[in-house]
Amino acid sequence: MTASQGEQGDRPLIDHRPVETITLGVILAFALLMAWDNWRTGIRWESTGPQAGYFPFYVSMILACACIYGIAGEVIRWKKPAGQFVSRQQFRRVLQVFIPTLLFVPVTQWLGLYVASFALIAGFMYWIGRIKPWISILTGYLFSMIMFVVFEIAFDVIMPKGPLERLFGY
Amino acid sequence: MEALDLLFLGFKVLMTWKTLSLMMVGLTLGIFVGVLPGLGGPNGVAILLPLTFTMDPTSAIVMLSCIYWGALFGGAITSILFNIPGEAWSVATTFDGYPMAQKGQAAQALTAAFTSSFIGSLVAVMLITFLAPGIASFALRFGPPEFFAVYFLTFCSFVGLGREDKHKTIISMALGLILAGIGMDTVSGQLRMTFGNAELLRGVNFLVAVIGLFGISEILLTMEEQLALRGHAARISLKVVWEVWKDLPKYWVTLLRSSAIGCWLGITPGGAIAASFMGYNLAKRFSKDPNSFGTGRIEGVFAPETAAHASGTSALLPMLALGIPGSGTAAILLGGLMVWGLNPGPLLFVEHKEFVWGLIASMYLGNVVGLIMVLTTVPFFAAVLRVPFAAIAPMIVVSCAIGAFAIQNAMFYIWLMLLFGVVGYVFKKIGIPMAPLTLALVLGSRAEDAFRLSMIGAGGDMGVFWSNSLVGTITTLAIILLFWPLISAVTSRSMKALRLRP
Repeated sequence: MTASQGEQGDRPLIDHRPVETITLGVILAFALLMAWDNWRTGIRWESTGPQAGYFPFYVSMILACACIYGIAGEVIRWKKPAGQFVSRQQFRRVLQVFIPTLLFVPVTQWLGLYVASFALIAGFMYWIGRIKPWISILTGYLFSMIMFVVFEIAFDVIMPKGPLERLFGY
Repeated sequence: MEALDLLFLGFKVLMTWKTLSLMMVGLTLGIFVGVLPGLGGPNGVAILLPLTFTMDPTSAIVMLSCIYWGALFGGAITSILFNIPGEAWSVATTFDGYPMAQKGQAAQALTAAFTSSFIGSLVAVMLITFLAPGIASFALRFGPPEFFAVYFLTFCSFVGLGREDKHKTIISMALGLILAGIGMDTVSGQLRMTFGNAELLRGVNFLVAVIGLFGISEILLTMEEQLALRGHAARISLKVVWEVWKDLPKYWVTLLRSSAIGCWLGITPGGAIAASFMGYNLAKRFSKDPNSFGTGRIEGVFAPETAAHASGTSALLPMLALGIPGSGTAAILLGGLMVWGLNPGPLLFVEHKEFVWGLIASMYLGNVVGLIMVLTTVPFFAAVLRVPFAAIAPMIVVSCAIGAFAIQNAMFYIWLMLLFGVVGYVFKKIGIPMAPLTLALVLGSRAEDAFRLSMIGAGGDMGVFWSNSLVGTITTLAIILLFWPLISAVTSRSMKALRLRP
């Protein structure tokens, strides 16, 4: 069962309606941007059929209309409660996994994927999961090793590698 | 029977140690993926797809489809033992499965779930075996207008039959179509929507989108909900299996009805989720004792599981025969076909006989092997759920990153995956469905090409979509489906009005 309700001292961070409205607004902006670019590419008919922008232009228009419809619906019902989008505690937990993942990418670029995944797994287990250090380190090590053997050796899928792998001649 | 001969050919293709062991690997990974909350069929297949890039297409599809079967089986384990549906289509299984486990009948419930899954798939695979070649050879006569009409039908049925808000389905689908159009235009060779960005020249790869939308976003959602797992232990003995199987004939109506619902909803893109609920509700409605549903009736496990599997399997029928996926996972498998250099569509049955029939044969074999595997390894997989999520979450993140990078050996794709992860998280929370986006992303350029080729052929006359009875019927059907909610509302209102006026 989920235990998301009834946490002590948990307050809503943001409500459902503003998030939905903003998201639809962002998509609307995206649709208009794409429509403009396609209009620039050409949305008319040539002797050889429709120009490159024709199809995506009209899809952008449909997208924009659907967004406007959605936004209008939200604005009309603005006063009616729609529940919370995410609570503070929940959002904190989301960031707990999202920020390490975000850091994982530059580290991958710098030290290679296998070292970065060792660090991510061991670090996450130790700091976020509060799991004993030796279990965290061992799990991270084993997982990275298995991945290395599976991808690099068995399946020939090349991953970004860093100084450590170079040391071993890969 | 030609189909049987060809099926035999398929089995011959399968019977190599390499393929069989890949099958076992696929099933194991699949059950694993299905058991873990926060990972499901589409994510599992998407994340593991890069593993298959260097394989030959037949081995690759066998492994991937086995991941899919495994995930279908695995979803039932968590629903019954932990009351957590590992997959959305196992939600209905929890209604009676978990109460059974609470009453100490976990083994019976699991056996029932696995067996009915097996039956559902078997019916669907037989349907594929005998129907798909016929549909494919019929579709060989299709020209661009017919193909566009069929794509249009697929899109419209998602909008008309989906249970989400219509405008949200349209948003999701239109976004997918636009993203599919980014990059080089396949007809004129012109660049569009790239804004001079070199990374966008290649377009937005659908796999990156899928890994982000399904994989990363699931991790975020699962973290947010903070799952605390408390489950029942289970071990399945032969005696229990025998007891459940002995009673099977009693439930033949339920099994048959659910199979039929599943097959129908699988072929039309209604999906396994709708099928499982419908199977459950109909079993309840036709039962002599509907109130006992929800208290741990074995029929309440049979009905949704059979329907979910029948639908999950039959979703591959339109994918194989027409190149149109019936579900999100089928869309990813279809993307896989393109990666391996195969052109999905009716020609597949002519040009790549071994591939198609190898896949169909692997559905039979994979389901038999899968059934035996899940029946014997339940305690092990139930133990997987006791592994803390703090260990599983980063592993899934790493797997996703590997998958995203492997597509083009590009770091840009890992960033893009993260972006899609955030998008997926928000979309899921505000109720924008993701399956239409995936479908549109995979089919987008094919649909556009078909549209433009038919327009070129007809000199820009939209009438080409009604130019003969075949294409006209499909197009009309598509438009009816698109406005189906309106039509059914109007008809039910007028029916009411008629009844009021005797």
